[in-house]
Order: sequence, then structure tokens, then C-alpha cells
Amino acid sequence: MSRPVSYNVNKKDLEKDISIAGMPDGHQGEGFFATKLNDVVGLARKNSIWPLPFATSCCGIEFMATMGSHYDLARFGSERVGFSPRQCDLLMVMGTIAKKMGPVVKQVYLQMAEPRWVIAVGACASSGGIFDTYSVLQGIDQVVPVDVYVPGCPPRPEAIIDGVMRIQDLIGKESLRRRNGDRYKQLLESYGIQ
Amino acid sequence: MSLTNERIKQRLIEKFREQVAAFSEPYGMLTFEAPKETNLKVLNFLFDDDELKFRFLTDLQAVHYPNDKGRELAVVYHLHNLIDNVRIRFKVFTDINTPDVYTATGLFSGANWMERETYDFFGVNFVGHPNLKRILNVDEMDYFPMRKEFPLEDQTRIDKDDEMFGRG
Repeated sequence: MSRPVSYNVNKKDLEKDISIAGMPDGHQGEGFFATKLNDVVGLARKNSIWPLPFATSCCGIEFMATMGSHYDLARFGSERVGFSPRQCDLLMVMGTIAKKMGPVVKQVYLQMAEPRWVIAVGACASSGGIFDTYSVLQGIDQVVPVDVYVPGCPPRPEAIIDGVMRIQDLIGKESLRRRNGDRYKQLLESYGIQ
Repeated sequence: MSLTNERIKQRLIEKFREQVAAFSEPYGMLTFEAPKETNLKVLNFLFDDDELKFRFLTDLQAVHYPNDKGRELAVVYHLHNLIDNVRIRFKVFTDINTPDVYTATGLFSGANWMERETYDFFGVNFVGHPNLKRILNVDEMDYFPMRKEFPLEDQTRIDKDDEMFGRG
């Protein structure tokens, strides 16, 4: 006899067949819609992120589960994962990074074109995790600037999706001139990146 | 007649007399040691001999015994006779101030990376190795991590609470 269903027992009707991202605020009239360029560009960028999965260890397996059909990351626009840094927006570092691998991560980050974001998935990428030892880099923020950290060992696919959603928030609200400003330049200088 | 530990021991003593010593059989695997100058002679003998035929190097590692002065670093070779399925362990002791041991790469190609790893972690200098440099650690590292005096934890962290680690 199969197990009785214990979740999703209160069935909710589907409101619409297709869900579409919300419209930004603006002024509309007959045949035109005026809004801020920031909002439109942010909307387009955040719903079509191309991630680069830099999967090193166990968190990479959780990412594989996240991209699978049960927890689908493609729903959020990240349908096409690329392995070439030249073509990707989001560097997802998932897994333990050894000190020998540090310069490699930095090189991959340098090859990405602006605008670029970095998400550190898991405890090892955020802070070295349980591997407090001579060979493990204690957090990738020692080599690249990180935007979102997802804690967990490994984080559940829902947590990874939550991290990506926060990146989407950051992208949606980011100013178009941020990458040219002084503060960003100082941030990169502090990492030794020109 | 199958190759027994007794037979191997007998052949080794016949050939090397007092140089091979400290025979023991932990868990049934014959273990012996020899002076470090003779390590290649012993390995070659075990390889070439038609009765012994130890032609497969399973493992090459080192152990650090900080309290045995004069014999701190032990280089351990694990050999396997694939035809008779017999394993043997051979140890060579060396002083930590002059950790020079002859390389086994002439005999076993598999010893190449294993010796690089042993150099990387213990500092054993293999004389005659074609490319003795660090293999798993960062190239600029100036200490040997698996020696007992070096700490396991990363020393660059400044945010650790010593109380929680029993050091407060």
C-alpha cells in the first residue's frame, strides 16, 4: 500500500497557466509606456541570468539537483548554464576551494565580462567550512568579491534557489552606473584586480 | 611450493645478511627494514628475482616519528607480487636533518608522483628524482605540513574564538 500523502493536501487552483514577471512602475498610455531605464534593464537582466557553475565538490551535487526537474532553476531564467566565463553573468562557486585552486578562481572571475556577480554556495566557499586546515582557502572572498553567500553543508536546493532569487533582487535594483563608479573601483583594487 | 613469508625472509637474509632487520608480521604482512643506502639494492633484488617477483609498487609514503632521534623519517614501500598474491612492506629510516633517500623512479614509474607527494608533505629529498617539486600544495609553501610540529589549522584566520577550541 503506498504511503498516504501528507503534503500539498489543500489543493490550490492554478490562477494562470503561465506566470510572467511583473511590470515595473511607469506611466503608460495609448501605445506607450514610460519607465526608468534602470528598471527595464534590471528586469531583463535578472530574469535571464546565465550562470557558470564552478562546482567543485558536494555542493555541486546539490546544484545538479537544483537544475533537475524537481527543483527547477530554469524557472528563474537560468536555463542555459555556460562553462565559458566569457559568456556568463553569474559565477556560482560551489564546493571546497583549495589554496592551490584560488588563483584559478580568480582567473575565471577576471575573464568574465561586466556586469558579473558571484555567489558563494555552501560553507566551504563562504568560509572554508569544516576544513580549517593548511590547504583549504578560508572563503573565496579572499580572492574574489562575493555578492551573495548561501550557508549550508550542503545547502538544500531550496536554499540555492533562495540565493539565486536574492541575486535577482540585487540585479533588479542595481544602478546602471555602478560598475563605473569609484566605490566599485576601490572594491576591485582591494582584491588586486584592475 | 607457494611463496610464504618464511621463504621471503630466508631469501632476504641469505642475500643481505645483517643489513635487513626488524622482521615482523603485523596482520600477516611481512615487514622489514634496511639502511637507506641499500634501499635500491633491496628493491632491485625483490624485483628481479624469479622466485620473489615483487614487481608492483602499491604505495610509497613516509612517517614522521619525532621522538626517535636519528631515525625520525621512515620511508615505507609497499610491494605486491601479482602472480602469487603476496604483499610485503619495506621501511627505510632516515635522519630528519639529512633526509636523502635514493629514488625508486628508475625501477617503478609509479614512484614518480608518490615521491613528489612524500617530498611535499614530509620533506624527504629523493636523490636522482627527475622533477622533485611540490605536487599537492601551493608551490610557495615553505614548510612540510605532515610533520608533527606543524599545526593542522590555517593560521591566517583572525576570527576564531579560542575558548571554543579549548585554548582560551
